Amino acid sequence: MERRNFIKNSLALLAPTMIGGNAIHILQDHPLLNTAMLATSTTDKVLVIIQLSGGNDGLNTVIPLSEYSNYQNARSNIAIPENKVLGLTGNNATGIHPAMTAMQNLFSDGKLNIVQSVGYPQPSFSHFRATDIWMSGSDSNEYLNTGWAGRFLNYEFPGYPDAYPSPENPDPLAIQIGSLSTLTCQGPTVNMALSVSDPSSFYNLIDGTNATVSNTNSGYELSFLRSVAKQTNLYTTRIKSASDKVTQQVAYPNNSLANQLKIVARLIKGGLQTKVYMVNYGGFDTHSGQVVASDTTTGAHANLLKVLSDAVAAFQSDLKGLEIEDRVIGMTYSEFGRRIKSNASGGTDHGAAAPLFLFGKNVRGGVFGNNPTIPTNATVNDNVPYQYDFRTIYATILQNWFCVSDTGESQILTKQYPILPLINASVCGINDKDSTFAKDALIYNYPNPFSTFTKIEFKTKGGHTLLQLLDGAGTVLRVMVEANYNYAGMNSFNLYSNGLLPGVYYLRLQNETKVYVKPIVKM
Amino acid sequence: MPNSPQSSKLGLNTYAGPWLALQTKHLLNRTMFGAKAADINYFKSKGLMSSVDELLNVPAILPLPPVNDYNSTTYTDPNIPIGKTWVNDVSLDGTTNSYRTSTYKKWLLSIWVNQERNIREKLSLFWSNHFGTEADTIVYATMTYNHHQILRTNCVGNFKQMVRAITTDPGMLRYLNGYLSTKTAPDENYGRELQELFSVGKEGGAKYSEDDVKNAAKTLTGWKIDATFNAVFDSTRHDTTNKTFSAFYNNTIIAGRVGANGALETDDLLNMIFQKSEVAKFICRKLYRYFVYYYIDDNVETNIITPLANAFIANNFEIKPVLKLLLQSEHFYDSLYIGCQIKSPIDHVVGFLRQYEIAFPDTAVNYLDAYSLYNNMVAQLIGMGQSPVDPPNVAGWPAYYQAPDYNELWINADTLPKRNKFTDLMIETGYTKATSKIIVNTIQFAKNVCDNPSDPNLLVDSFFAFLVSTDIDPSLKNTLKIQLLLTGQASDYYWTDAWNLYISNPTTINFNIVNTRLKALLKYIMNLPDYQLQ
Repeated sequence: MERRNFIKNSLALLAPTMIGGNAIHILQDHPLLNTAMLATSTTDKVLVIIQLSGGNDGLNTVIPLSEYSNYQNARSNIAIPENKVLGLTGNNATGIHPAMTAMQNLFSDGKLNIVQSVGYPQPSFSHFRATDIWMSGSDSNEYLNTGWAGRFLNYEFPGYPDAYPSPENPDPLAIQIGSLSTLTCQGPTVNMALSVSDPSSFYNLIDGTNATVSNTNSGYELSFLRSVAKQTNLYTTRIKSASDKVTQQVAYPNNSLANQLKIVARLIKGGLQTKVYMVNYGGFDTHSGQVVASDTTTGAHANLLKVLSDAVAAFQSDLKGLEIEDRVIGMTYSEFGRRIKSNASGGTDHGAAAPLFLFGKNVRGGVFGNNPTIPTNATVNDNVPYQYDFRTIYATILQNWFCVSDTGESQILTKQYPILPLINASVCGINDKDSTFAKDALIYNYPNPFSTFTKIEFKTKGGHTLLQLLDGAGTVLRVMVEANYNYAGMNSFNLYSNGLLPGVYYLRLQNETKVYVKPIVKM
Repeated sequence: MPNSPQSSKLGLNTYAGPWLALQTKHLLNRTMFGAKAADINYFKSKGLMSSVDELLNVPAILPLPPVNDYNSTTYTDPNIPIGKTWVNDVSLDGTTNSYRTSTYKKWLLSIWVNQERNIREKLSLFWSNHFGTEADTIVYATMTYNHHQILRTNCVGNFKQMVRAITTDPGMLRYLNGYLSTKTAPDENYGRELQELFSVGKEGGAKYSEDDVKNAAKTLTGWKIDATFNAVFDSTRHDTTNKTFSAFYNNTIIAGRVGANGALETDDLLNMIFQKSEVAKFICRKLYRYFVYYYIDDNVETNIITPLANAFIANNFEIKPVLKLLLQSEHFYDSLYIGCQIKSPIDHVVGFLRQYEIAFPDTAVNYLDAYSLYNNMVAQLIGMGQSPVDPPNVAGWPAYYQAPDYNELWINADTLPKRNKFTDLMIETGYTKATSKIIVNTIQFAKNVCDNPSDPNLLVDSFFAFLVSTDIDPSLKNTLKIQLLLTGQASDYYWTDAWNLYISNPTTINFNIVNTRLKALLKYIMNLPDYQLQ
């Protein structure tokens, strides 16, 4: 069928009242299709990506209580008072912004992981360049014109969009809600996401309202063209019908992020097999006036974080109510964090690494990584160095959530990155249900930072044990230990720094299927 | 929301309103295949009257003919070396003609893309649709070439003379079997289409009879094609009896003529037909549908078609005065008609290539790469339903005549995605042949259509103003600016900085930052259904 050879991956032109071209009815009535909609397998996992545009101030989002006096000193005009910082159950060193009570509860429930200081070497301070780096998964000095999720979807669904949708894959592979297609889902030839050309048209589709045209002959022909465009998009009926199936949801706050997440929950529950949803929330470029001077717990940044926190918590609660909590994890990211030292305008300028949130029932709760070190007298040049390369997060999601193999991961991310214990890996059949694994002190090293050598102590439960040294880009520099132990216990290894340039490295310990990664710093 | 097409009450009085980019672009969209930014500026400064005059002033010199681009290890033209034209070489070989016809189509694309600032190519397409012939049926490429050269040469000239030339054009004689028609077995094909499709039409008062078809066929017997592809009159095959026509033709009798004079009956026939006012009305309706809009109600019939037809007759079927009247009229510039035409595939593809000033290799320098890339465009047109010089039948493409849908017939669930895919492809990857590549240069395009591309508001406005003719909701423009140019950032200066940084320091990274965002914006705009209108 020739018309199937190309399925427009854009909702462009929806003037959504009439939905239901013949081709779609054929798809809907196909017996295989219903089977597919009911099936649950490892392929029914969903990732929701929340992009926080503008560069979120990580230090006022996740506050390093262990560094409080230096923190306060570096940004006295915007610092959150120590006694206002929200504590995290089981973690005294770190707290979160007072506006984020909803996410505090999520943390207490074990459904939130705060990954500290996520970034990459040689950070870019340009919004555009940094956004492109995050979306493409490139190195700082490298240009990739495809997105990391686009490459993942292309790996899983080679040949898209030819012969899509099909009975096996009746739904868009990815959906961008509330905004236009981005680099994240750009595949080698086409964007793998169904984007919403006019963001309002997505809401029109869900709500069944119409776009207007002018009272001219061009308006008359435009109505005709829109109706054809709608028939052409074979995905529209699926989306509308999935959305219509869900009639009861928890109460969401009324803001643009919550509105987007509410639709995501409906579409997942409604049966779409879509793997990746992307939502966007902007306004984090807080160069000035990010707090109200008289009460630094309030102001623009507090409002942004409250929206984020409330929306994510409502979404998570909705997922639970809809009984799809097992299938969904979410990730927030921003193109960069902000400077350690605040500026005189009551704001912060572009910075480097920042915390990233992972949430979901299958996310391992906790704070992953250490608080960033805040210099005693921070200058305008001081930035938060990265502990975790953002691509290690991508790699972890690919391997432990989407169950992509090592080979697949290195193909998608162009090289192999360490897997972090952030997700309950049993979803991929990896026999690891120990949710405290991440908190086990499986690797110590001293001194850290180090200059000539550092002593590494690591714990094995016996069996295959691998200890590697990786550089910031994820390249394996040394294999320090690779052995089959017939006992459980502590072992040690002296790492000498000959040949290592100053910077951040990773120790990666793999014991059978369990992996633990620790950043170390060579001075 | 309009439930039906509407007609303007404005007539043929000369338009006296503002002459801005909108009106200029409207005129150029209808008289050429799309417009370059420089074309719009040029004609905007000329004003209405001079613009119409200049567009109708078709130069006598025709483009250089197509050349052999097809000699290869598997096939060699026995008569024509590579790089030389075949249009004067008669060949009966099917393979040779197949290659040559294919070359003609590629050449035609090059002529369209590189057209000068006049109406010739747009109008020649009108006539080639009007006198519908199929190159694949004619088979002989030189006949196809010559057939279309007649249309190109006469496009703004005298319609009656054009019909006369076409009636004994070898291509047409072959296409409608005129060359096989003899007194013992007159072939009615041309005799019918001459009346039904080429002159009086079948609408309204055109009540010619079946006997009129038979008699016209008899009148035209005797024409055949000689070995060198010239039309010759063979009096021994001519029906010399008197032909009596119906009351529609006032019972005219065309007296049988013998010998070489038998050929003059062809002129007698056309003289009779052109006495009918239906000829002028039929052609004027068709011109109106091609240049303005397909919707003709009583108001348009009375206020536009009738006076245009009267002028056509008064000017002895000269085409130029009629087009001048129409293209200068206040009716033509009524906002009801701005952007109301759905682009034909040729408008879409060639218009796109011209809007973006896609740089093909010069056919005079690197014809191999050039023809190959133009062939990619031919393939696009075929996919979208308008194979050049191969309409589905003698009536031309249905989108130009089939009531009630007319140009809506171009658009369906197959062709619309293909149109979008084409513009996406030209933005993302383009086409490559050997060392030549055709692809959108987003930076240059931004500079061409926008006075200050570093201003994201002006840039979005300029792109829309240049690329579409419909009103776009300002909130959509703002959304596009924020999401695509600013990547979600709140401040315009992030785009301004990125653009200025690229201009001052055009490194690969700086280029990609700007290019990625321009590509996304342009793809978005051209995926809007609004881009399908002109």
